[in-house]
Amino acid sequence: MIISKKDIPGFLDKLISEYQVFAPVQEGSYTLFKSITSGTDAVLTADNTKLPAKEIFFPQSEKLFNYNVTETGAKLETDIDDRKKVIFGVRPCDARSLVLLDNVFNNDKFQDPYYLTRRANTIMVGIGCNTPASTCFCTSVKGGPFDTTGLDLLLIDTGDAFVVEVVSDKGKALAKQAGFAAASDNDKSAAAKAKEAAKVTCQVNIDGLKDKLDINFYAPIWDKIHEKCLGCGACTYLCPTCHCFDIVDDAVDCNGCRVRNWDSCAFPIFTLHGSGHNPRTSNKERYRNRIMHKFKYFVDNFGEIACVGCGRCIKNCPVNMDIRVVLDDVRGSEARLDS
Amino acid sequence: MKNPYLPLPMKLVKNFTETEDKLIHTFTLQYLSEEDEKSFPYMPGQFAELCVFGKGEAPFGIASSPSEPGFLKFSVAKVGVVSTALHLMEEGTMIGVRGPLGNYYPVEEFKGKNVVIIGGGFAFTTLRSLATYMLEPERRGDYGNITVIYGARNPGLLLYKEELAAWEQNPNINLITTIDSAVDGWNGRVGFIPAVTEEVAPSSENTYAIVCGPPVMIKFTMPVLEKLGFPAERIIMSLENRMKCGIGMCGRCNVGGKYVCKDGPVFTRAQLNELPAEY
Ligand SMILES: Cc1cc2nc3c(=O)[nH]c(=O)nc-3n(C[C@H](O)[C@H](O)[C@H](O)COP(=O)(O)OP(=O)(O)OC[C@H]3O[C@@H](n4cnc5c(N)ncnc54)[C@H](O)[C@@H]3O)c2cc1C
Ligand code: SF4
Ligand code: SF4
Ligand code: FES
Repeated sequence: MIISKKDIPGFLDKLISEYQVFAPVQEGSYTLFKSITSGTDAVLTADNTKLPAKEIFFPQSEKLFNYNVTETGAKLETDIDDRKKVIFGVRPCDARSLVLLDNVFNNDKFQDPYYLTRRANTIMVGIGCNTPASTCFCTSVKGGPFDTTGLDLLLIDTGDAFVVEVVSDKGKALAKQAGFAAASDNDKSAAAKAKEAAKVTCQVNIDGLKDKLDINFYAPIWDKIHEKCLGCGACTYLCPTCHCFDIVDDAVDCNGCRVRNWDSCAFPIFTLHGSGHNPRTSNKERYRNRIMHKFKYFVDNFGEIACVGCGRCIKNCPVNMDIRVVLDDVRGSEARLDS
Repeated sequence: MKNPYLPLPMKLVKNFTETEDKLIHTFTLQYLSEEDEKSFPYMPGQFAELCVFGKGEAPFGIASSPSEPGFLKFSVAKVGVVSTALHLMEEGTMIGVRGPLGNYYPVEEFKGKNVVIIGGGFAFTTLRSLATYMLEPERRGDYGNITVIYGARNPGLLLYKEELAAWEQNPNINLITTIDSAVDGWNGRVGFIPAVTEEVAPSSENTYAIVCGPPVMIKFTMPVLEKLGFPAERIIMSLENRMKCGIGMCGRCNVGGKYVCKDGPVFTRAQLNELPAEY
């Protein structure tokens, strides 16, 4: 199937009448996912969005419930967002990150209804990456510029049009509803060519990385590797797979609400005990945790690396920490088992 | 889908100053209905997030035992925002309780075995729950000897004094209390827990040791237990990493790849030996 680029705004307008539609929109010098009210707001030409699509499902700040407490009880009111949504123009790495996060919010014991309800009611329409950025390394971590994990439809840019690949039943239904035209053989070969031409130039060798992390918790490499890091947490806030949060009350005299806000393992108070003891005292322990969590603990728990190679942490770190270099250094480091 | 973030409203019926320094209060909370009580089936060793509406939530071990119907008990040290707000609460007010959370002491495994419970300071809360649970008349026969070694800096800092007095008289349990330095009128032992443990602990044969207390006590008690021949699989500990969600999602309580809130807080020494020492 195929949709001409000039038909996109009209297609989106139709979707908007039925769904809450999110698409990248221009915000100063970068793009961000926002709920759009007109199909012409979508910006599909730019690089990947500054912030990942994660926040549509797991907002930076989110009310969990309102409460009203009296002498005889407490009334709790939740407002779980079950509006039907379409995310239009999400990149494959960010779509994949949500599949990874599903493991966290739907774990072996508990289900997070806020995140999961949004996930269940959302159709993901992705756009493949014809020109991956120099910081992208998705192909090193099981992804790729046209990977369809987590997508319902994948659009492939062929110049004047997008060739539409159906990935899931949800995607199939949406495509049918939209009435996309059939793609000609020419269109299909143009799409194949675009895929062929897209090159992720950066490769990170992760062979043996997990084995190394299994044994090098106490290795001297961690004394050095974090030195540059300021502990600002920017990388964690921009990462599509980071999921740490805090829960706070926003209330005056017991009538208020409980809110969850993104938090970061880069901050010292994140793990500070009530007694004053802190298991992750310095930046060394905290930076190590970030790497261990993504490349070892997540693998141990869910069988997947919790990094999709989007490169946001590389682009936005104020002191140019480059996770690719860090991984290379860690992989090459001498292991030491003792403490 | 059950919403794990919603607390159960409960009524604070007693706010009791537990220790002489007034820093620990014990709170008794009553269910608002039988249905509420049914919705909260717990075991010794589990914890809950207590919420003071308007201030926030914090995790506390459940000090009551499932064998005590109708209420929940928590003993809370005053250290920060939520714990201070709790201390100031008037009886009759509503408190939110979110749980039960975490795993529990392996009471099934304890069957047919001796158990030695070693507690220091105010970390005696879930140990009280455990001892009370095993002492239930219909359950007591399931276990061998039950020994409790409990120490604090001074007698005024021991929790549950009335109950300790009752245990002293109870032939079904062997209670040894100790304080750091001698004071007038004290009939128990004097000395640090590790030393007292070395002296009075039962044989490690067919015995489980459950240890809770401040890090320094744990640090010096471990070698003693090893010396007494307790294998790491039969040393049980409960961790208290900082927590928020209690359900394995917010990311802060991990020790290696394990979340203390969801995979713990109860671990064997053997399990902890496999993990980095980030606790
Ligand atoms: C499984 C589990 C079971 C537990 N069981 C118990 C129990 O049975 N009893 C018990 O008493 N505790 C227990 N704890 C510990 C308890 O959870 C903490 O003491 C509690 O979370 C503190 O919450 P808070 O809001 O009072 O403190 P917070 O306000 O969150 O304070 C936390 C930290 O901030 C510091 N802090 C607070 N205010 C300030 C300030 N103004 N300036 C600088 N630093 C500050 C405190 O010193 C502390 O280190 C348990 C913990 C866990 C994980
Ligand atoms: S963005 Fe850079 S400086 Fe900031 S926490 Fe991440 S690695 Fe450290
Ligand atoms: S760690 Fe960096 S490259 Fe990997 S997913 Fe997170 S932000 Fe992207
Ligand atoms: S307290 Fe949130 S993950 Fe354990």
